[in-house]
Amino acid sequence: MSEPVVGQRERRVAGRAAQPPSPGSVWRRPWLPYALLALPFAIYGTFVLYPLALTVRLSFYEWDGLTAPSFTGLANYVDLARDDTFVAALTHNGVFLIFYTVLPVALALGLTVLLTQEGAVRGLGVYRIGLFVPQVMPMVVVGVIWRWMYSPVDGAINELLGLVGIAATPFLGNAGTALPAVGLVASWVQYGFALVLFMAGVQSIDRSLYDAASVDGAGMWAKFRYITLPGLRGPIVVATTVSMIAALRVFDLVFVMTRGGPAQRTTVVAFEIYQRAFVLREVGGAAASATVLVVAILVLSRLVLRFQEAP
Amino acid sequence: MRASAGRRTARSYGTHVVLGLMMLVALFPLVLMWLTAFKSTGELATNPFGLPEQWRFGNLAEAWDQGSFGVYVRSSIIVVVPVVAAACVLSTLAGYAFGAFRFRGREVLYLIMLVGIMIPAEGIIVPLYYVIDGFGLLNTYWALILPQLALSTSFGSFWMRQFFAEAPGDLTDAAAVDGAGPLRTLWSVLLPLARPALGTLALLLFMWTWNEFLLALVLVQNEAVRTVPVGLSFFQGQYSAQVPLLAAAATIVSLPVLVLYALLHRRFIAGLAAGSVKA
Repeated sequence: MSEPVVGQRERRVAGRAAQPPSPGSVWRRPWLPYALLALPFAIYGTFVLYPLALTVRLSFYEWDGLTAPSFTGLANYVDLARDDTFVAALTHNGVFLIFYTVLPVALALGLTVLLTQEGAVRGLGVYRIGLFVPQVMPMVVVGVIWRWMYSPVDGAINELLGLVGIAATPFLGNAGTALPAVGLVASWVQYGFALVLFMAGVQSIDRSLYDAASVDGAGMWAKFRYITLPGLRGPIVVATTVSMIAALRVFDLVFVMTRGGPAQRTTVVAFEIYQRAFVLREVGGAAASATVLVVAILVLSRLVLRFQEAP
Repeated sequence: MRASAGRRTARSYGTHVVLGLMMLVALFPLVLMWLTAFKSTGELATNPFGLPEQWRFGNLAEAWDQGSFGVYVRSSIIVVVPVVAAACVLSTLAGYAFGAFRFRGREVLYLIMLVGIMIPAEGIIVPLYYVIDGFGLLNTYWALILPQLALSTSFGSFWMRQFFAEAPGDLTDAAAVDGAGPLRTLWSVLLPLARPALGTLALLLFMWTWNEFLLALVLVQNEAVRTVPVGLSFFQGQYSAQVPLLAAAATIVSLPVLVLYALLHRRFIAGLAAGSVKA
């Protein structure tokens, strides 16, 4: 995920500092970097890498967390594939990809086109500050606010709809509306981030490209397709990767807003992991779910990062 | 000429209107939360969107007391401060090693360290519970500090490596000529330069640790050790009918991060955009 940034920097640094190989090489103490890394890796290894390896290992066992675990091979994965709730959870994560990634990125791109229609507009800093606020809010607070906003009793959205004569709807309680209702909250959190990234990206596109395109008679779409879109490749990849991972790992929002309900209509993989491991005590199944989550994140980020490297 | 300038201004108004609208949508729920936090439950039904008829600052105190937020804020501080401080130290060490030295296995070790940026806590929480239990640390502050520190060190190493890799080599060379060793150079030459990078890192880590939910929900059951976000989710369970109190509690929980953001928004935005590798 970090590769876009790292990759660019790496190349730049390599290009610039071609002669002196690395600052640290002036001291002939080959053991020193290892000594520096010892403590960070001890902590990171114990509390991230080791549990990660254990997640995969436990996924091949049946375990209630108390008695001795028994090796069952791929049985947990077979069970997951047959489990309607888990399949539903996975599907909901897929739907959330639309709300977390597709909608905000598309909306932000559309708005960014506006910004390319003219030269520098002054005073955009204020919007950046405002648009970014949802990014720094605790997700629990976001969930608490929106759960109330959707409430049929005194909820802001139903109050607003009431002004135009629409009857109050329990958005989070209805099987049909719960998932998009939670999803739209995610879109609300994400769009400002994408917009801020794209606004910054557009400013680094050479204005003369647009002027030249105008002279050549290029229309709005052509300018977007051949100047703006390629120019924003980096920010688009970053916004897509980040929001995609958020869509796959989502837990807080679902836990606070719906606990996966009604009737598991909003459950997601991370919520299933929590349920299985800490409520139902199906530790092996939970570990298998977590392994699926980790693999999904790694595979999808890899796929998106390919676009960064594409010409 | 004149006409063209006029058109530009018109378009510019359009941009301001659209961006302003987008900003309003982003801020509306939060502003509504703040206004609601000062209303009475009765007033909410009659005046959902307006300013409170009477600003009930007592709501904040009541939410604070009834939700035992004093306890949760204390816990959060006890967790956040060591995580941010220790993660900054560990990240500096690792970032220095990765950024300023060339050694066997550097690429591989760096890639391994980066795995932690992509892997969410959700992916490791199941065995983590048993690992923490094995150390006898469930229901202690350590249960929240150590995993969060480990995840933070992964991101921090990536962040600080960038700083050290870009730090001008002449500086280290000059320090070496003067006879300074690598640690002396780190301490007196590089770290003073690293202050902006470290500051932004500390800010991001503060935000992520303050907002952290899953670890605190799972690894700690004891109310005395519970942190603010989990405290709020329990508070919601009990007070969902008393919306103004709930809004007051949500305001309290988000206040520290929002105050920091108001003061240092430039760093937050630059940091999150550059470090947006972290979800």
